[in-house]
Amino acid sequence: MPDLTQGPKVRQPLHLHDKKLKQLEERATAIREDLIDMLVEAGSGHSAGPLGMADIFTALYFHVMVHDPKHPDWSDRDRLILSNGHICPIRYVAMAHAGYFPKKMLMTLRKFGSPLQGHPERERLPGVETTSGPLGSGSSQAVGLAYTALLDRKPWRVYCAMSDGELEAGQTWEAMLFAGRNKLYNCTFIIDRNNIQIDGTTEEIMPLEPLAAKFESFNLNVVRCAGNSIRDFVTAVERAHGVSEKPTVIIADTIPGYGVPYMEHDYLWHGKPPAPGTEANEAINSLRTLGGKIVSEHE
Amino acid sequence: MAKVKKPTNGLNREAWLVRDLFDEKKLKQVPTRNGYGEGLVEAGKNDKNIVVLCADLTESTRSLAFKEAFPDRFVQMGVSEQSMASIAAGMAMAGKVPFISSYACFSPGRNWEQIRTTVALNNTNVKIAGAHAGVSVGPDGATHQMIEDIAIMRVMPNMRVFVPCDAIETRKTTLAAAKLAGPCYLRFAREKSPVFTTQKTPFKVGRAETYRHGHDLTIIGAGPLLYEALLAAQMLSHDFGIECRVVNMHTIKPVDVKAIVLAAKETGAIVTVEEAQAAGGLAGVVAETLALTTPVPMERIGVPDRFGESGSPREVQEGLGLTAPFIALAVDRVLQRKLGKKVPTVPAHLVAARERLEIMQREIFNEALARTPRKWGGKKPDASLKSRKKT
Repeated sequence: MPDLTQGPKVRQPLHLHDKKLKQLEERATAIREDLIDMLVEAGSGHSAGPLGMADIFTALYFHVMVHDPKHPDWSDRDRLILSNGHICPIRYVAMAHAGYFPKKMLMTLRKFGSPLQGHPERERLPGVETTSGPLGSGSSQAVGLAYTALLDRKPWRVYCAMSDGELEAGQTWEAMLFAGRNKLYNCTFIIDRNNIQIDGTTEEIMPLEPLAAKFESFNLNVVRCAGNSIRDFVTAVERAHGVSEKPTVIIADTIPGYGVPYMEHDYLWHGKPPAPGTEANEAINSLRTLGGKIVSEHE
Repeated sequence: MAKVKKPTNGLNREAWLVRDLFDEKKLKQVPTRNGYGEGLVEAGKNDKNIVVLCADLTESTRSLAFKEAFPDRFVQMGVSEQSMASIAAGMAMAGKVPFISSYACFSPGRNWEQIRTTVALNNTNVKIAGAHAGVSVGPDGATHQMIEDIAIMRVMPNMRVFVPCDAIETRKTTLAAAKLAGPCYLRFAREKSPVFTTQKTPFKVGRAETYRHGHDLTIIGAGPLLYEALLAAQMLSHDFGIECRVVNMHTIKPVDVKAIVLAAKETGAIVTVEEAQAAGGLAGVVAETLALTTPVPMERIGVPDRFGESGSPREVQEGLGLTAPFIALAVDRVLQRKLGKKVPTVPAHLVAARERLEIMQREIFNEALARTPRKWGGKKPDASLKSRKKT
């Protein structure tokens, strides 16, 4: 039996009304601004991936997932597995906005003794679900969770955020074989298809295309969406929920560094934050012009 | 190792260490991985069969220098450490000398079994270069701070294990590994560390080098923390008249058994120093050697059966008890034991490290929280954030 003692009792329909969409978009902008503020305070950490995934994390935490920030260990919560742990800054900010921990903790990212480690650790921060950083093992853990949910007839779903570069790790494909074989329809893989990795673009390092065909041949349902459009992403999740025979892979085409023009599409921004001063000021200013009104400043 | 017992104490002039060893301002700071990049290019010029494989970390492992010098002999693997190890084994069987480069947590961390079967058991001429080893990786945190590598690599038959102490020694190690037939593991660090050896400093595979003479005890170190050992030895000599022999055990395997036995016989007490799990690492090999030959009291400075965590490199090293003051405490304990005196069950250096860690973390955490801006529930104006300040 599902545990109905905590959290929202019913999975709400995912359909997005215009008003809700606007709220989510404003939230994503505020999250991006906090992200830059936090990274510049920390003085190290990844920028491009987190900015590119801000819309998807906003949609997940504020619309898609059934979860309860006050009870991060609620047994019937949806699980969000972050396989590419290096983009954890976006998860941290989204979690702070959702109420998992006070926003003041964002000041401590990567500092000695902080629960906000450079790569997320399960034992240090309730709600991050898994320790990650070394690439390629998140999909296997997601598959293990999803398999158990079906085995125990639990209602919760598993979302696994992954990078495109990490698909080069063979373990991913072992997980996909298992997911396809076991028809894990409660498992949705979300691939941040931003085309960059540390040494360059994925297509020069180790070409992944045709990517959709690869997953299809592993018996997965594939949906491609615009990863920086909240509406498009939510529609993709609706499609994933509509398929009860196969796990779904959402290939989300995102723009790395989205919102800060000088970072967009540039792989050199994979692993560093803007420097304090002009660089950081410009990043904050370009974010402000993105969505108009900044929610956090008017709260 | 010197065959004749030196009557003198103090730095070994024949080790040709830098002149300004204890002058912080004049001492150059260079990450050990830089020596790998330089060594690769030089080795590549000498031997056309050398190829370098890298798993999407070309710049930070310093393989970039080789890629630029010999683009045709550089192989980009992408994020595929497991197949990198086995592909290198295949290339080695066809006559190449592959160096595989990644962070130590992925290679040999991720691909240990592939290395075991296709490199070590296969006995193929593959060199494994593990960068970003140790806790001085800093802010990236425990996932990327590889501290188990020495232990897992030194138990593998056919494998040689090298832990060079600075950029110059790393260059020498890389060149030596290129000439050796068979599997080698080379360990580097991310952070800048003192360059305290010179081109003239003796280096021979499998031979420990004495950097400081002393008769009271021997500190055996490997890697950049060896400099902390020299600092501790200097301080102990100056303040307490305790004379430590300091030995550089850059080759963990095959280990210089003679040097360990000689140190035990001549000084009667040993302290090991390394930036890795003390269990199974350098401390492991020294303890095993002593137990099998000449048991004497031994203490170890290393990571005490825990993972690292995020923080600045120096903070993490200090908080885990790896710096000179903690080495001095371990020396004190080993000398007490040498004299047959009773010592507390839990070593003082571990207690002190735990206390220091708590104090440091509280201070660093509170300092950050005190600067919380209004928008995150604090008292400082949002404009005080580093991202908002004009410079």
